[in-house]
Parts: sequence; structure tokens; C-alpha cells
Amino acid sequence: MEHIISVLVENKFGVLSRVAGLFSGRGFNIESLSVAPSLDPSTSMMTIVTSGEDRIIEQIVKQLNKLIDVIKVVDLNESEFVERETALIKVHTKPEDRAEALRIADIFRASVIDSTPTTYTIEVTGDINKIEAIINLLQPLGIKELVRTGRVAIAREPIRPAVAQPKRVVKD
Amino acid sequence: MKLTGAEIFVESLKREGVKTIFALPGGVVLKIFDVLHQQKDVEVILTRHEQGAGHMAEGYAKATGKAGVALVTSGPGMSNVVTALVDAYMDSVPLVCFSGQVSTSLIGNDAFQEADNIGLSRPCTKYNFLVKDVNDLAVTIKEAFYIATTGRPGPVLVDIPKDVSMGKADFKYPGSVSIRGYNPTYEGNKWQIKQAAEAIMKSRKPVLYVGGGVIFSGASEELIELAEMMNIPVDMTLMALGAFPGEHPLSMGMMGMHGTYWSNMAVHYSDLVIAVGARFDDRVTGKVAEFCPHAKVIHIDIDPTSIRKNVNVDIPIVGDCKRVLQELNQILRATVNGEHKELRKPWWDQINEWKQAHPLTYEQDPNGPIKPQHLIKRLFELTKDRDPIVSTDVGQHQMWAAQYFKLAKPRRWLTSGGLGTMGFGFPAAMGAQAAFRDRLVLCIAGDGSVQMNTQELATAVVHKLPVKVVIVSNRFHGMVRQWQDLFYEGRYASSYLDVVPDFVKLAEAYGAVGLRATKVSEIDDVIREALAVNKPVFVDVPVDQYENCYPMIPAGGCNHEMILADPPELKKKQAASAKVVGEDKDTVLTA
Ligand SMILES: Cc1ncc(C[n+]2csc(CCOP(=O)(O)OP(=O)(O)O)c2C)c(N)n1
Repeated sequence: MEHIISVLVENKFGVLSRVAGLFSGRGFNIESLSVAPSLDPSTSMMTIVTSGEDRIIEQIVKQLNKLIDVIKVVDLNESEFVERETALIKVHTKPEDRAEALRIADIFRASVIDSTPTTYTIEVTGDINKIEAIINLLQPLGIKELVRTGRVAIAREPIRPAVAQPKRVVKD
Repeated sequence: MKLTGAEIFVESLKREGVKTIFALPGGVVLKIFDVLHQQKDVEVILTRHEQGAGHMAEGYAKATGKAGVALVTSGPGMSNVVTALVDAYMDSVPLVCFSGQVSTSLIGNDAFQEADNIGLSRPCTKYNFLVKDVNDLAVTIKEAFYIATTGRPGPVLVDIPKDVSMGKADFKYPGSVSIRGYNPTYEGNKWQIKQAAEAIMKSRKPVLYVGGGVIFSGASEELIELAEMMNIPVDMTLMALGAFPGEHPLSMGMMGMHGTYWSNMAVHYSDLVIAVGARFDDRVTGKVAEFCPHAKVIHIDIDPTSIRKNVNVDIPIVGDCKRVLQELNQILRATVNGEHKELRKPWWDQINEWKQAHPLTYEQDPNGPIKPQHLIKRLFELTKDRDPIVSTDVGQHQMWAAQYFKLAKPRRWLTSGGLGTMGFGFPAAMGAQAAFRDRLVLCIAGDGSVQMNTQELATAVVHKLPVKVVIVSNRFHGMVRQWQDLFYEGRYASSYLDVVPDFVKLAEAYGAVGLRATKVSEIDDVIREALAVNKPVFVDVPVDQYENCYPMIPAGGCNHEMILADPPELKKKQAASAKVVGEDKDTVLTA
């Protein structure tokens, strides 16, 4: 099953390769990984999308925790979360397709951020289903280039004061 | 007053209480060697190869429990020490390895003898540091020792560029460090410990399955108390030998691929496996899906990733083995009564039956070739009063040593378990000897393995490390030959050693002592002679070339399905091939 794991790490040289090396060395999947400084600039937040049986996910979480540069690991699938991804899509547009491209963008509340007589560059943000849907629709027009940020996700704040929830323990 | 990076390095080692380091110089670390040369507190043992330095540091660490320290130069110095780092990482050996690096301004330029030391060591260290500023050097060294020796121990690399060792900074050694991403758990969860105690009280067929973690955590006393109080048999992994006294009536000896019949049968038929400081390695579990199929599993380990990595665990306890066992014993002490002894009588009857059915055996014809098992047994009997430290290489001789050398105490056993590194034994023994100058340190070596580090004879002679190396000479990569016998129809592809040096002359060439026993009747005298000299000794003992090591669980097999002796069809093949490969048998040995 797919899991989204948030990993708070030290913002220093070599940390990305330690995390990537852990995944490759132990044969764990990475579907996507995004990383950027967090609120405290001495740390970065990584969002890793991975998949595997429960036992594998448990190992991934534990192995990440074991890395000395990792401060906190949260398997977001343990609770509710929201996720977003941004894609930049450069589509070929023949004159007769230009209106269609704009209509598709409009449906997905995407915006055109660059335009030439033969292309549009469309920016779209949403969950993975939305991104994939717009790509599918634009495909027949001819996608010239596609860049995706990878997914980022954040836990939903519980509406009621949290009752002690069984969460995968962070840092044993 | 400002100190140079090199001076800070040496001062920091002193603050860490380091007495001995194993090292080999090169351009970028010359400043450090220059400072080391002008002081007396830290002894520098110059090795002849960086792999030797690494294994010596490992031997030192395993025997003392303190971090072993190696110092190597950039590029090839670093790449040569990698094997020892991988070995230490697999076997959780606390090691701090310092590597030289080209100056910071040159890093990334493919400078002379530049290598990406951080990249090379990343997958085989617990952590590694590149020191970019001399002001960070002292705190980095403090952190390196802290990480190497706490939690689950392991190797740490500190990469020091040349300009950092030449640069100057104020020296202040930190009293303590805290690293926000690193907080090992020492105390076990109380509720889980209580569950474990209850399971132990109830069990009819318990087995303790103990690993090297017991030794690192210094939990032998607690282990003995637990086993004795609850009358539980103790199976040891290769790494745990010595954690529980080998001749204790509750000792089951080694378990796993070449473990005793009864130890493997016991785990297989047990109803409660209590794993302490062990990691369910495939050499122990065999076919993992069928490992201890009837048992509830308690797993005590300081490393959360070890738990449920390979097998399902019913009662996981993350914590330091010593502390967890202390708490467990405390609960059990309060509840124990005579009943459990009675409860477990049928279990012990069964175990004793297994013991009698298939003891460890070999047949030594007094006039025939020396059996390797007999050699090791005699070595054990003749030295056990001196409480020796014993190292091994890797192969059949290692497994026989594990079976026949029944160590009484922890930190006496130096062997490469997880990685199985040939060439480990001799330098590891030297490392232990450097820590304990007055103790008896033995190395049980293979004639294949020992050749991977014989250059260290020079180091042993120069630094007066009188280790006694007994070479079990079968002129084969014996363990490889055994697999070829059993699984490749006796085709000895690259397992025969056409040329083996005359180990007696080799030792003498370096100024060490060489001895040889060729007959059963000579063994005792030669061993006594070796023990009597205060110099490094190579004792070459040609043994029966075709002896195989049993019991054996074929890789991926089930623990209760052991091969106990050579299959009958094998005997013939051996005899036939002996003529062919054995033709020049005597040329080297008697030369
Ligand atoms: C560095 C290294 N290379 C290869 C091996 C594979 N291997 C395992 S045992 C063995 C043979 C060891 O021969 P020897 O030291 O003579 O010991 P014996 O088995 O004969 O007792 C080999 C080649 C290894 N363990 N380590």
C-alpha cells in the first residue's frame, strides 16, 4: 500500500544522500521525494511517497528514525492528511487546439503561466487524481514537456480535541 | 592559546582516553603524524596495510568494549580500510576511523589521492563527518566517539582535510554532546517486560537465543541469573560466544548453520524463544518462514529496526539488554517458585536426548592425519586455564573453533560474523593484544584466510605483540570445498590452494617464530612451545584435507533438518579427487 511519510531532517550537507542511500541500499521504493527548508531554517522537511506491505513500511519508518540526521518521522497514513502536487505542463497547440487547451485549464482551475504562438505552459495544483486527470486530457493535444514537484502532504488538524490516538511512534 | 588541527586531534584523543591507535601515514595526514610522533600518551601502532589497521581497531574494541581507533590517509588509505568498516558495521563494533582528505579548496577537483570518503563510507558507518573548519574539529571528535559507543555501537568516520589539520583554532573539548536526532532508548517498556516475565513463567519449552548485543551491553551476569533462576537453555549465536559460559550445564553451545544439533532442535521445537541482543540473521534462522514455528517470540534489542525486520515478534522490547534483563529478573525473582523446574523437566529430558543422539563428533586415528577438530580441542584444553582471547578467520576452522573452544567469559571471542571477512583473525588478535599486553591471545586461522593479512607479521614483531596464530592448514578454501562437495558434486572450482607458503619460514622471514606439528603426537608439545615464547608465533598444522564441518543446515534450509555427517556417496568422490589434486601435496609442506 502507498504511504506518505513526512521526515524532518537536519538542513545540512549530505542528508539527502543518506536518506536516498537508505532507500536504495535496502531496496525500498521511492515514488516521489520532495524536500525544502522548514519553518526553522536549521531543518528541512522531506515528503516521501513510498509503498510496501505493512512490515516494510514499519521498517522504513524505523530505519529513517535510526538515521542520525533525522529528527522526526511521521507516517501520514496513520491519520487524516491533505496532499498537493504542482505540475507544469507545456502543451503544443495548433491554432485549432488553443481554445480547447484553455478550456481544459479552466476546468481544473489551472493557469497559463507562459504562452507562445505554438505552446501554452499550464500550471496546475491539486491532489494526484487531479494532476493525472489533466495530463490525460491534455495528452491528445501533445504534451511537449512535463515537470512535477512530487507530492507534499500535511496532517489534518483534528476538529475535536485529540483523544489519544494510536499513532506510529515517532522516534522510539 | 591556539592549537593546530593536528594538535587538537591528539588532545581530543587524550580526552577520550585513547591509549593506542592503529595507523598508516600519507601526505594529507603527515601533520597529524608529526604531532603524534612528539608525544607519549597515545601509542601509534604502524600497520602494514590499512585493512590491518581497521581489523586491529576492531579486535581492540571487541576485547575492551571501548572504541577502537584507526587513522589512515586519503584515497587508497581510505579505500583500503573500507572492508574493516563494513565488517564493524555488520557486527556493531565501536570504531572511530579518521581519514585524511585533500585540502578543502581541492575537494571535488579530482586532486591527487582524493576520494569521496564520505560517499565511500556512508553505507558502512553509523555516521560520518567531513570536518570543513578546524573550529569544529574537537566537537566533531567528541560526537564521533559518542555515536560510536552508545546505543547500538558501530563505526564512525571522521574525514579531516589537510588544511584543517594545519589550521589553528582555540581548543576546548566539550564535556558532553547532545544530538537532537539521536536518542537511543535504554529503558525497556515496563508493561512489555511484565508481559515477557509472564510468558517466561508459563512456558514449558523456553529457549534463550542470545546474540552479540549481550556482550556489548555487558549483560552476561544478568543473563546467567535469568537462565539459572528459570532453568532455561541458552543458545548462542556466533557473535555471542562467551556471553554465557560455554561449559555451563545450561549452555547449548552455538546455534545456526553449524550450530549444535540440540541447540537448533531446541529453537525449532520451543514454545517460547527469548531473543536477547540478536538480530535473526539468516545464518541463524535458516528458512525464515519456518523459524521456531511453535514459539511465541520475545525480542529484546536496543535497535528498533532489528525488531520485526526478519520475523514476527510477539513481545518486542526496545532497550539496553542489561537494563531490560535486570528489570525482568527483578519481576521473576519476586514471583519465582519451584514449579517451573518441574514444568520444564520434560523439556530438559528432550534436550538431553538430543544431546546424546547427536553429539559433536570426529574420529581421530592416533596415527592418521590430524583432525582439525582435535587440534582445536587440544588448543582449548591446553590454554583454558589462562583465560585466553581467541580470534578466528573465516571458514571451516572458524566454525570448529566456535564448536570446540568453549569460552567462559565475554570479550574473549573475536570473529567476523556478519560479513565473514577472511583475513580478520590475525590483525584482530593483534588489536586485542595491544590492549592487553599480558594476556594470552590466540588466533585460529585458515591457510586461505591468513594469507589475506600476513603482512602484519611485521607489525606484530615491531610492536611486540606476541599473538599465537594456529593455522589449520588444509590447503583448501575448506568451507568452499565443503559446499562443492555437498552442492556441486565435488567439483573443486578454485578451492584448492596449489601453492601455500611455508608458514614457518614466512614467520621467520619477519623475525617471528614458526613452528609446525605434523603428527597427532606432536600437537601438545608444539602448542606448549608456542605458548612458552614471548614473540608472535605462526604454528602451521597440516590437517586432514577433506574433513567437513557438521552439523550443517544448508542455506535456506530448516533448522531441524541438519546434515549430520558426510553423505555416503561423498566419501568416494573425496577419495577419487584426492589423488588428482593431492599429487603435489608434500612439495610445499616439507620443503
Ligand atoms: C574476503 C573473503 N573472500 C571470500 C570469502 C568466501 N569464503 C568463505 S570461507 C572461504 C575459504 C576459507 O578458507 P580457509 O581460510 O583456508 O579456511 P577453511 O575453510 O579451510 O578452514 C572463502 C573463500 C570470504 N568469506 N571472505
